[in-house]
Amino acid sequence: MNGDRVTKALLFISSLIILLLSAGIVLSLTGGAIPAFKEYGLGFITSTVWNPTSGSEEYGAMPFIAGTVITSVLALIICIPMAFSTSLFIAEYYRGTRTAGILRSLVDLLAGIPSIVYGFWGFYALRPLLISTGLTDQGFGVFTASLVLAIMIVPYATSLSTEIISMVPAELKEAAFSLGATRREVIFSVVIPSARSGIVASFILALGRALGETMAVTLLIGNANLIPKGLFAPGNTMASVIANQFGEADGLKMSALIAIGLLLFVITALVNAAGKLIVKRFA
Amino acid sequence: MQIELKDNIKRRNRTNGRFRYLIIAGAAVTVIPIFLIVGNLALKGYRQINIAFFTEPAPDTFQAMTAASSGEIIPGGIANGLTGSLLMVLAASLLAIPLGLMTGIYLYENREKRYAGIIRSLTEILQGVPSIILGIIAYIWVVKNITRGYSALAGSVALTIMMLPLIIRSTEETMLMIPTTIREAAFALGVPYYKMIYKILIPVSFSGLATGVLLALSRILGETAPLMLTALGSPSISFDITKPVSAVPLLIWDFYNDPNMVNLVWSASLFLMVFVLSMNLLSRRIASKRKYI
Amino acid sequence: MSDTLNSEPVIKIENLFIAYEPGHYAVNDVSAVIKRNSITAIMGPSGCGKSTLLRALNRLHELYPDIETKGEILLDGQSIFSMSVIDLRRKVGMVFQRPNPFPNMTIYENVVAGFSLNDIRLKKSQRDEIVENALKSVTLWDEVKEFLYRKGTFLSGGQQQRLCVARAIAFNPEVLLLDEPTSALDPVATSKIEDLLVELKKQYTLVLVTHNMSQAARISDESMFMYLGELVEAGRTETLFTNPKDKRTEAYLTGKFG
Repeated sequence: MNGDRVTKALLFISSLIILLLSAGIVLSLTGGAIPAFKEYGLGFITSTVWNPTSGSEEYGAMPFIAGTVITSVLALIICIPMAFSTSLFIAEYYRGTRTAGILRSLVDLLAGIPSIVYGFWGFYALRPLLISTGLTDQGFGVFTASLVLAIMIVPYATSLSTEIISMVPAELKEAAFSLGATRREVIFSVVIPSARSGIVASFILALGRALGETMAVTLLIGNANLIPKGLFAPGNTMASVIANQFGEADGLKMSALIAIGLLLFVITALVNAAGKLIVKRFA
Repeated sequence: MQIELKDNIKRRNRTNGRFRYLIIAGAAVTVIPIFLIVGNLALKGYRQINIAFFTEPAPDTFQAMTAASSGEIIPGGIANGLTGSLLMVLAASLLAIPLGLMTGIYLYENREKRYAGIIRSLTEILQGVPSIILGIIAYIWVVKNITRGYSALAGSVALTIMMLPLIIRSTEETMLMIPTTIREAAFALGVPYYKMIYKILIPVSFSGLATGVLLALSRILGETAPLMLTALGSPSISFDITKPVSAVPLLIWDFYNDPNMVNLVWSASLFLMVFVLSMNLLSRRIASKRKYI
Repeated sequence: MSDTLNSEPVIKIENLFIAYEPGHYAVNDVSAVIKRNSITAIMGPSGCGKSTLLRALNRLHELYPDIETKGEILLDGQSIFSMSVIDLRRKVGMVFQRPNPFPNMTIYENVVAGFSLNDIRLKKSQRDEIVENALKSVTLWDEVKEFLYRKGTFLSGGQQQRLCVARAIAFNPEVLLLDEPTSALDPVATSKIEDLLVELKKQYTLVLVTHNMSQAARISDESMFMYLGELVEAGRTETLFTNPKDKRTEAYLTGKFG
């Protein structure tokens, strides 16, 4: 029975590594962020100044928090109608058909494309298109980044809402149909109310994805360290400022970047936890 | 009580029909990007893909400029990225696959325990951590304290932390689908616990586990952000795990930053996308052919 | 009961075929008549096509594009396939196997769901009247009048099923289709529903799918026996039970299969 004990010990130890890893991530991020918080206190979070010029160095996270929230929420707003109609297409209108299967695989493919490929494609293919509309000179900025982010998170929102919508009992829908409701009326008065919390959760989880996306945003947002002044104005997100500036940072600047990482960690963890909680309560 | 109903039927049918078209249009808009992306990359990227593309390291900017100005294809390729990606993904797999499998089995075997519940929640949180943050972590742990400089090892550590939760969850989910009678039958024959795991649990769920590993690999192969903070990149082919190396996504980033190399970005992106997507499709293939699960 | 003998047909089914997959008929060349103000029971072993036949009567099969329907069904002499499906379904109500009140609606909203789903705006007083009348006719009024604005899902199975009947008759249909409405209920709740159905036939025409033979014998006026998609025998319930013409009917009634 020696093998049993060894196996059980090995399994337990590997689970322990997850515990240590998680603790280590939180501790290292906090430790790295301490100098920045010591220097600026909680004002670090609310300060809108980011000035790395030595001598007049000053760091605040607000431009990036704002950039992250604005791009992610805008991406979500663009994503919702796309994911919503795709889920209804797959789980209601063309349920069980070949067409639905193909659509589902295509949407899944979107999830497989690497972030940097999205960014590059956005830069060379989408940006000229946006410039030609005359809405923007450079094509960089919040809107461009959000548009690409929206495409990137569509598969995540779609797959969960599709699953939830297809779980709405057929009997309920049939009851509504047999009272004379049209399909649209059944969708709005029976399907959506029954699947509501699951659909909301799928969008929250998609938002969690958008918050942490780095490369595509870095290539498209225009990298300006200030709160974006408009839809087509440049900005920076928490993730993109880290990607852009971490390499050449040291001292206080590095600590400020790690502090931004810590804040991003907390925000995504909270958003994801909210989404998971709703899913669990719903299931 | 008599209530007039007929008058609204036409209007409702019309609204219903319009809504249906709206849904179809929305679904079409959703899939258009995939055709645009694949088409764009294929059209602009195929020209650079030849044997040299796979066997030679990235050109320097001068070579690229000369070639571009005379309208030729840019010499060189992505060999240094391929070897770097291979090195880091291999190292990450060596760490993450056994560790993830064991943790997944632990969670499956102890699913009633409170402690297992905590580990499961931590795994879920880890899965949601943005990859750039894992880059910071690997930087603090490895670049600053172990290799004292950017290194392939640091990149591997970041990728390992990304892979782990994916493998743990797919392992547990796969095993949960094995009928409990199979386990019980093994125990009834007097098979010891560890043999049950090696001889029954893992072989029975093999295709499910393979799917999980492939999906995790397809995820990390395209990762760029954490590698920028850890592996940094290198112009030459290197297999030294303590030194900086390049990776295919890192090369795309480098090429992107050099206006002379635009053509190479299309090709490298095309290659990376096709590679990652085929891995993705392969894993789904396996998943759909599973016997038990 | 004898007054139903000569009553006019409400529904005429003529050479009906229904296939879930090409060439495989779940309902095979069925012709039948449903008489006004009577309860017609459709019996048969599971898989015989009785529910499939019932669901054809309000064109519910159209929700599933794979299902193919051929033949003719007439409601008051008019082909149901030439009517607007909305119009048809408000004339032919349905109650399902498992109680299915809309979980997102209160008891009150469930009863008037037919109106709200059909985008028909009523005055509060009209709605109140409809709710009270419908709940009274299913003998649920006294049990739920205090909880009208609570969700219907806390009710017992039998109460939920009566609520579903109320929801169907609130719309004042001509025909009420019932797909094994008591199979998920206990004996007490079942007998309440059976009493209710007998009461309801004064106003409506009821078509009841059941695989409970004694239920068919207890409450139906007319019976149909289906086997493997075919309508084997149809007629007065008393006659069919006491003197079946077909061997298969006899075998079923004596418990040889099903």
